[in-house]
Amino acid sequence: MAAPADNLLVATQVRKEFGGLVASNDIDFAIPRGSIVALIGPNGAGKTTFFNQITGVYVPTSGSIMFDGVEVVGKPPHAIVELGIGRTFQNIRLFAQMTAVENVQVGMHCRLRGGIFGSILHTPRVKREERESRERARELLTYCGLPRRHEEYAGTLPYGDQRRLEAARALATDPKLLLLDEPTAGMNPQETADFTDFVRRARDDKGLTVLLIEHDMKVVMGVSEHVTVLEYGAKIAEGSPAEIQANERVIEAYLGKGAAA
Amino acid sequence: MSTQGDVRPGVRSRVQRTWLLIGGLLVLGIVYPLIVDSLKSLPLIGDFVPRTDSMVTILIGVMMALGLNMVVGYAGLLDLGYVAFYAAGAYTAGWLASQQFSQVTVHFGSTVSPDLSGIHLSMWLILILAGVFTTIVGILIGLPTLRLRGDYLAIVTLGFGEIVPQFVRNADSIKGFDLTNGTFGIAPIDSLGIGGFVFREQSNKQDLYYWTAIGLLLLTIFASVRLRDSRLGRAWIAIREDETAAAAMGVPLMRTKTWAYAMGAFIGGVAGAFLASFRAGAFPADFYFNFSIFLLCMVVLGGMGSIWGVLVGGLILGYLNIEGLATIGSKVQQGGLDFDPTKYQFGIYGVIIVLMMLFRPTGLIPERRHKIEVAEGVHDTPFYDVQLEGTLTDRDQSDD
Repeated sequence: MAAPADNLLVATQVRKEFGGLVASNDIDFAIPRGSIVALIGPNGAGKTTFFNQITGVYVPTSGSIMFDGVEVVGKPPHAIVELGIGRTFQNIRLFAQMTAVENVQVGMHCRLRGGIFGSILHTPRVKREERESRERARELLTYCGLPRRHEEYAGTLPYGDQRRLEAARALATDPKLLLLDEPTAGMNPQETADFTDFVRRARDDKGLTVLLIEHDMKVVMGVSEHVTVLEYGAKIAEGSPAEIQANERVIEAYLGKGAAA
Repeated sequence: MSTQGDVRPGVRSRVQRTWLLIGGLLVLGIVYPLIVDSLKSLPLIGDFVPRTDSMVTILIGVMMALGLNMVVGYAGLLDLGYVAFYAAGAYTAGWLASQQFSQVTVHFGSTVSPDLSGIHLSMWLILILAGVFTTIVGILIGLPTLRLRGDYLAIVTLGFGEIVPQFVRNADSIKGFDLTNGTFGIAPIDSLGIGGFVFREQSNKQDLYYWTAIGLLLLTIFASVRLRDSRLGRAWIAIREDETAAAAMGVPLMRTKTWAYAMGAFIGGVAGAFLASFRAGAFPADFYFNFSIFLLCMVVLGGMGSIWGVLVGGLILGYLNIEGLATIGSKVQQGGLDFDPTKYQFGIYGVIIVLMMLFRPTGLIPERRHKIEVAEGVHDTPFYDVQLEGTLTDRDQSDD
């Protein structure tokens, strides 16, 4: 791993219990700045639960999550977005009855200032902000591979475009860290390959750090620089993709005991 | 793109038609008091034309429905206690423009005789003060309740809607202090007016109140349109669509919902104070649960979230409630049938709502967004709860 001083996110002993179920079992986890990190593990390993703790949807039972030197545990989701953590959802959660552009504009919410009086009176500042945010939303949509259909309702877009729109909406929050929850689920091989390129390009263009949950091992091995493996809420391995591929404990978790031999 | 040339003129003429329609309605709305007598003398339909003073009450009802629409239609917060805002506005007018507090004599810009005891501020100022006071009430009610979702919020707002009328009925002796004059209500409340020109003393007082009501309604429509298309309006609709996703995109849930509640409360408060001045009193019997439901029916009938829909729905139900049913009843009885529809008014509204839900669930003039909801179907179940973290629903068990 990179020098500890240059970690964008450091989770220490993060623990989440739902009643008797330990969904996160004292996880230590660090994301080097500028890297693409994959979080993998069998179904029910606690990957999304871990995501939800980073984004403030759940509050950990104990432990700490430092993002860029700031403790995020206990902060509400919107404040964490403001700090610079953007996310997508495993099962697409767009605002179906808003247009693509409006969806992206909601993503910009915490970067815009227009208040209630400015909006009613249409002050020049609010008017300019609205115009600029629309233009930026269109640019972002095009950047994410959605050059058309900007004024269509999100709910009427085809599946692949909805995934692209979700990525654009997450980028609109102006994140330092982008969390992608199974971004290629339901995509065909071509779309998956395009998306992998897109993640790398976005990281380089926008200086992002990316954490993704992924089941498609081709994506994991192709795009990520570090891989962390969870099983039953506990971290069982981490390292480079090649190391993980050779790790017996990981093979065992996925394929069962004896498969490693 | 050969179609573009064909589409553009069509779009332009549609926009022109819309503006022509709005302009026509506006002119009709403004000259209504002047032509109402000629309208009433028309054959057949003349008897069904509402009087100007009925129109004042109807228009203010529509204004309140538009306020409720911001809470229910835009932000998706089912508020069953909107009548509390009406009451707060009306009693603000009662406190600041009547002889209720005759222990003191305070006058500021009022139209009544300067030796009259009690607080008498300018009614125009009171309209704003009532809005502000009601907003504060709305925020105070909202802070603890807006953390709840869906049905739970509805139940708690229902509770507040019941508490307020009970409170004003019984607050005539708070340790000997008479705040609300109990079941008798506060009356008389001062009239609107400018200097020595007092609306209530004019022979066409209902016309003057009518034009003021039109002005207030236009301001409400204007604010509704502007807010709908703003950063805040987008955040409201995002919350209505998917609260969890909205929070994850940086929308502060509590603050944004509270703004919706506050805007709804402000409009309700102004409308309440105006109506109190028009009726010259604030009476606890006006502030019952039925009224909240009645406003909600206007919103549902017209189309939740749709400004023009709520306007039309509000006018229809308001008219039926104030005059329409009684007029129809007298016609029916003249025809020899012993049937009085005013006795069954809530039954009739109920039937209207049920029929709407069956045949046109998005309302008379649906919000453009809602059209696709019915056509496409929307996943709307939260699979975890942001506010009550750790509360798992069954969907969450299969997640991850």
